[in-house]
Amino acid sequence: MNKFISLAFKKAREDNRPAFLTYTVAGDSTKKKSLDILKSISKDVDICEIGFPHNTPIADGGQIQTSAYRAIKNGIKISDVFQLVRIFKKTKNSKPVILMGYYNMIYQYGENKFIKKCKSSGVNGLIVVDLPWPENKNFAKKCKSNSISFIQLLSPTTSKERLIKIIKDSHNMIYYISMLSTTGGKLKVSPKQILSNYKKIKKINPKKNCVIGFGITEKTISKLKNADGLVVGSAICKEITKSLKNGQNPVINVSRIVKRLKNKIL
Amino acid sequence: MKLKRKIPLIDQHDKFGFWGGKFGGSFIPETLKKPIDDLTKDFQKLRKNKNFIKKRNFYFKNYIGSPTRFIKLENLTEYLGGAQIWAKVVSDANGGAHKIYNATVHALICKNMGKKYIVGDTGAGYAGKMLSMAAKKFGLKCKIFMGAKDIKRQKPNCDAMRKNGAEIVPVFSGSQTLVDAVSECMRYWVSNCDTTHMCVGSTVGPNIFVKICGWSTSQISRELKKQIKKKFNKIPNKVKLINCVGGGSSAYGFWSEFVDYPKSQIELIGVEAGGPKKSKLHAAPLSRGAKLGVLHGAASYVCQNSEGQIKETESISAGLDYPGVSPIHCFLKDTKRARYTYATDEDALNAYKLVTKLEKINPSLEPSHAFAEAIKIAPKLSKNTIVIVNSCGDAKKDRDILRKKLGKKI
Repeated sequence: MNKFISLAFKKAREDNRPAFLTYTVAGDSTKKKSLDILKSISKDVDICEIGFPHNTPIADGGQIQTSAYRAIKNGIKISDVFQLVRIFKKTKNSKPVILMGYYNMIYQYGENKFIKKCKSSGVNGLIVVDLPWPENKNFAKKCKSNSISFIQLLSPTTSKERLIKIIKDSHNMIYYISMLSTTGGKLKVSPKQILSNYKKIKKINPKKNCVIGFGITEKTISKLKNADGLVVGSAICKEITKSLKNGQNPVINVSRIVKRLKNKIL
Repeated sequence: MKLKRKIPLIDQHDKFGFWGGKFGGSFIPETLKKPIDDLTKDFQKLRKNKNFIKKRNFYFKNYIGSPTRFIKLENLTEYLGGAQIWAKVVSDANGGAHKIYNATVHALICKNMGKKYIVGDTGAGYAGKMLSMAAKKFGLKCKIFMGAKDIKRQKPNCDAMRKNGAEIVPVFSGSQTLVDAVSECMRYWVSNCDTTHMCVGSTVGPNIFVKICGWSTSQISRELKKQIKKKFNKIPNKVKLINCVGGGSSAYGFWSEFVDYPKSQIELIGVEAGGPKKSKLHAAPLSRGAKLGVLHGAASYVCQNSEGQIKETESISAGLDYPGVSPIHCFLKDTKRARYTYATDEDALNAYKLVTKLEKINPSLEPSHAFAEAIKIAPKLSKNTIVIVNSCGDAKKDRDILRKKLGKKI
C-alpha cells in the first residue's frame, strides 16, 4: 500500500475538498512537453495519473487515443515513461504518480521487471485497464508487496456481489467509472445518479479512497465534489490537441484549464 | 500442453478461459465483465437447449442453405498431376461466405437476450454483410464497424450492408483496417452494452466470442465428415485439410470434427497472409514467429514490436489482414496438431488465376491463399492423397482488386 497516495487523500479531506487527479499521456505531445505539463500542473493536482500510450486502446475515447497516437508517433518508449516519472519525482517527491495503461505492454516488459522499474522510478500506483478482477489478483499482490497500490476499477455494471469481493481485495484507492462509456464520453448519467452509485460503494467500505472518473469536465466537476477524488483526463488531452492546432503552447493552456477545474471543487 | 480427446476444442480451456494455460482468456475492461458473464451464461444454457438447437438447424438449412457442396476439382487435379484436389464450397452459403454461420447464431442469441441492437466488426466485409443480413432477417438494428481502407477496397460488400439497412461506421484510426475496426467496435460496446449485443466476426476476442464463433462455424466440418464418408465410404487414409487463417473462424469450423484423428491420417494445414513478396509487413503471426501478446481481450500470437505496440499488417486480402489470431490456432500450433504456413499476395493471385481458369468456382482472395498451398504441395503427393480446400468465400467482393491486379472482369 502506498503511503503517498493515502496522504494525498488525507490532505484533501483536511481541506474539505475532493482530491484532484489529472490524467495525461506520457510523451504527449513530446517527451519534454509532457514533463513540462506535469511540472506546471502539479501544484494544483493531488495525484498525477500518467498514461503509457498503447496503439490499440480498447477502452479509450477519441481524445486519449489522439494523445496516445501522437506520443507514439513522437517516439515515446516505455523506458522514456519511467525516465519521465523519475525526473518528475526528483523535484516532486511526495506527489503521487499513478501509471495507467494496457496489459500487453506490461506483459511484454515482464510483470516483475515492470513492477521493479516502477518502484525504482518512484511510481506509487498502477491502473491496468484490461486486467480486471479476479484475473488481476496475482499482479495486484506483487504490486502490494512492492508498496505500489494496484487500483481496482468499478463500473455501473459491476454487481453488488462483485463489488464486495473487489473492494475486499483492493488497496487504498479504488476507481469508479461514472458511466457506460470509454474515456471522455459525454456524461450521460446525472451527477446525482453517479453519486448515489458512489455512495453504495463507500458503504461497503468507507475507509477506501474512491475516485470518480470518465466524462468529467469543467461543466460537471463541481456537481461531483462530494467524492473522495475526481479524475479529469480527456478534457486535458483535448486541450493539448486544441493548443497544437492553434499554434499555442499546450503547457500554458493545460495549466490554465487545470487551475479552473481545481477552483471549481474548492 | 496437450489436446484432450472427445471434447470440442472450444471447451478445452481452463476456468479463466485459457487454452493450453496461456492462450485466450478475457482481458477486458471492468464495464464489460457483466455483459460478458451474462452472455457466457446464456450461451451455456442455449447450446444445451433443444429448441435453440432446432432453431439453429432450421436456419442453417433453410436460410443459409446447408449443406454446401463438396466437389472434386477434376481439372486442377489433372493439371497438378499429384494428389486429388477437392473443395468444400462454403461460399455456396447464403451471402457467399462462412461468416453467415456466426452471424446467424449471434442474431439468434441477441434476440433471445431481448436486445434490439447488434454491432459487429468486419475486414473483408463478409462478417459485416452477413451480420447485416441476419439482423434484417431477425428484425434487429445493426451497426458495422469497418476500417476506412477496407471500405474502399471491398465496396461490393459495403453496398450489400447498406442495402440490408445496416449503418457502416468508418474507422479512421491506426491502419484503418480490421484491427482498428475491432477496437472501435469494442469501444462502442463498452458504451452501449446495456442495450446492444456485440458479435465478434471471428474466433478471436474474449473467450466467449471464440467459443460462440467456433460453435457456429463447426457446421462446416459436420457436413464435410458426412460428405467424405459418403463419397469414399470411409475416412480415407491420407487427407489434408487446407484452410486460410486470418482470425481463424473458417479453419476452426473446417477442422473441428477432425482434430481427434491422428495427424498421419488427417493433416490440418493453415495458410496465413504473407503480404506482398517485397514487403516486410505481413499478417502471419503463427507462421512467421510472432510473440505471445494480448490483443482485443485475448492472449495469442500477435504481430507486435518489442514494446507491445501492435504492428501494422499488410495483405491483399482484407479478411486475413489482422495482426492477431485465434487462441485456438495458437493451441493447435503449440500442440503440433496443425501446421501453419503462409502464402504471399502474389501466390494467392496466381492461385486464383489458375483455379478460376480450370474450375467453375470463384474463390475470394482469402481462400486463394489456401489454394496456393494446395497447388504447391499437390504435385509431390500420391494420387490416393485427398487434399481438401475450404473455399470459404466468393470473389465477388474482390471485383475491384482483381480488375486492378489482373485486368480481368469478374
